[in-house]
Amino acid sequence: MPTANAIQLNEDPVAEASAAVRVRPKPGWQAIDFAELWRYRELLWILGSRDVRVRYKQTVLGILWAIIPPLFTALIFSTIFRLLKVAPQTLSNGFPYLLFAFTAQVPWQLFASALSQSSNSLVGSQHLITRVYFPRLVIPISSLFSAVVDFLVCLAILAGIMLWYRESIDLGWSLLTLPFFGLLALATSLAVGLWMSALNVQYRDVRHVVPIMVQLWMYASPVIYSSRNIPEKWRPLYAVNPMASVVEGFRWALLGKNQPAPGLMLWVSLVSVAALLVGGLFYFKRMEKTFADLV
Amino acid sequence: MTDTAIQVEGLGKRYRIGRARHTSTLRDALMETIAAPFRRIRDPLTPRGHDTFWALKNVSFEVKRGEVVGVIGRNGAGKSTLLKVLSRITEPTEGEARIYGRVGCLLEVGTGFHPELTGRENVFLNGAILGMKRREIASKFDEIVAFSEVEKFIDTPVKHYSSGMYMRLAFAVAAHLEPDILIVDEVLAVGDFAFQQKCLGKMGTVASCGHTVLFVSHNMAAIESLCDRGIVLEEGSVAFCGGQAEAVARYHQTFAGTGGQGRFAGAEANRGEAPRARIVSATVTDPQNGEIGQVRAGGRTQFRVECFASETLDRPGLGIGIDSSSGQRIVTLHTNHDPTQFRPRRLNGAFSFFCTVELPVVPGSYTTKLSLESEDQTIHAVEQAMSFTVLPADCYGSGGRIGRGVVLCPQEWLLDEPGSLALPLLGRDSG
Repeated sequence: MPTANAIQLNEDPVAEASAAVRVRPKPGWQAIDFAELWRYRELLWILGSRDVRVRYKQTVLGILWAIIPPLFTALIFSTIFRLLKVAPQTLSNGFPYLLFAFTAQVPWQLFASALSQSSNSLVGSQHLITRVYFPRLVIPISSLFSAVVDFLVCLAILAGIMLWYRESIDLGWSLLTLPFFGLLALATSLAVGLWMSALNVQYRDVRHVVPIMVQLWMYASPVIYSSRNIPEKWRPLYAVNPMASVVEGFRWALLGKNQPAPGLMLWVSLVSVAALLVGGLFYFKRMEKTFADLV
Repeated sequence: MTDTAIQVEGLGKRYRIGRARHTSTLRDALMETIAAPFRRIRDPLTPRGHDTFWALKNVSFEVKRGEVVGVIGRNGAGKSTLLKVLSRITEPTEGEARIYGRVGCLLEVGTGFHPELTGRENVFLNGAILGMKRREIASKFDEIVAFSEVEKFIDTPVKHYSSGMYMRLAFAVAAHLEPDILIVDEVLAVGDFAFQQKCLGKMGTVASCGHTVLFVSHNMAAIESLCDRGIVLEEGSVAFCGGQAEAVARYHQTFAGTGGQGRFAGAEANRGEAPRARIVSATVTDPQNGEIGQVRAGGRTQFRVECFASETLDRPGLGIGIDSSSGQRIVTLHTNHDPTQFRPRRLNGAFSFFCTVELPVVPGSYTTKLSLESEDQTIHAVEQAMSFTVLPADCYGSGGRIGRGVVLCPQEWLLDEPGSLALPLLGRDSG
């Protein structure tokens, strides 16, 4: 790539000097320069850790804010279903409903907050975009960091809840797949976040669309119910939503026993994430050069 | 290896303005898409592309390794666009620039500073944003803190800093960036005079260490003292490229034609979001003879600033900053300073402000910055709006010349000669 080495400190200044950076108009579709992104890993890290550090500054409850939304959502739904006299066991594969719902809330909140942060990330960093060059991909990627930190805190709470309900759980080797499902949730939020953040630069409508989208998306995922409530023949189609597999995968990894193991649904979701992510990367790359002028 | 640092060939940057720029919501974009074919049927003769303008057009020049080059030009001449293209923030529309070496770009100081983070954290954050490695920042950290003179507060969140401390820390980081090519926008136009001098000194050091520097400034004194060469931009094209003294002379010429007045409906007004009110034009006149752009030292000067508000402005105000040719602010005139409580409540449409002052300044050339405000918030500001000349005059009524200095100061002298009764000085008679 001709765009290889601006701003970067190269270990070999002579090699650096002899290779000119060519600044010129480029055709629309470009390959993504992962080598360049890798050289900017320190910036990625420092922007991500900045977000983590300032996230709960000047709040009274601090990091508790990471736990409150998922815990409340789980509590609210378990209360509503109790009040409506819906037999929770029909929704929750026989697990205690609170455990069932909170297990889903943990990856769901990871997805929801990572998606909303990455969608607003470019607009929120317009100050940087109009003044410094760096691969713009750094911004939506670094915006995922604080969601991951919140997620880890929620996992600790989840461990506590699981301890409380230990009789209903059958923890096994499937636990080791948990990081995989966490990554899948992150990949999904990044994939959608890339589209949304790039669109948001030009159309600020996105900022208003994302919260609604996240809300609808939750009902389209087995967060408050189980995918068993979906007719079996529709489940592969249902799994086009990758979060369906993420949420069910979490339950399978953590609760075991009554929870079906991921099968065809997971494969459908993987293909769907890959398509969204690759498309998102290319779209982002295509729009990247206009960011500084439009944001 | 080549001794060229930057090679620019036929560089052009086109911005879209007018109608196309306002499609900032999806609904507008959809409407635009639907309406576009009909519009073309309605007025088929309107050429396409009429709603674009070239911020840069056919710009070519070369900068050698180790050279310090000043880029000067009036507002909207394309200086900032050029720097943004060279630092790869925005892509050119045509042409090419080849850049040999690591570029450090400083379009402002303190980019990315976060108010909630401490000075220490911000040094690392800002350094990383400017392209420094963590290792590199760590090794220079003490030096940076010493330069900034904020040692005591380095672990305090920067939101508690005074603006001076903030600027010093921000500049200290930037000053320790050691790229092969340093691209600097008007970052020195901040802070107090002493701080500006310190920054200029640091720039001089950077330059003398053999780094290539491309430097945009309105401060002609800085350009003349720091730069080897100057590039004058006019309306997006290179008007002159050569020795720095000639470049500065050429720059002053661009003012000569319109000295003492300016119209600001051009490029810059269209670039950002359209402000809800704008400064349209301004003139400096000598009220005694009506001459534009030239006043006599010690005499009266009249400023006239025409504005247009597309929306009602509450509590409008106008500031006129007057800078000397070395870039030092001499005085700020402001509607708030009027003793008669000159307070228009609200204004709309076209209106003009008049300000008459006796500027107590020595002969020389001065430039003005204008800013239109509403409720103490700047709505539209024009840097280097116009220049004017203060002509030598017998301002002291003494027939003599005016000595060196910055300000005029009418004065009375008395002589105390022992033994003489010529001076009935107070406090002496009693003794």
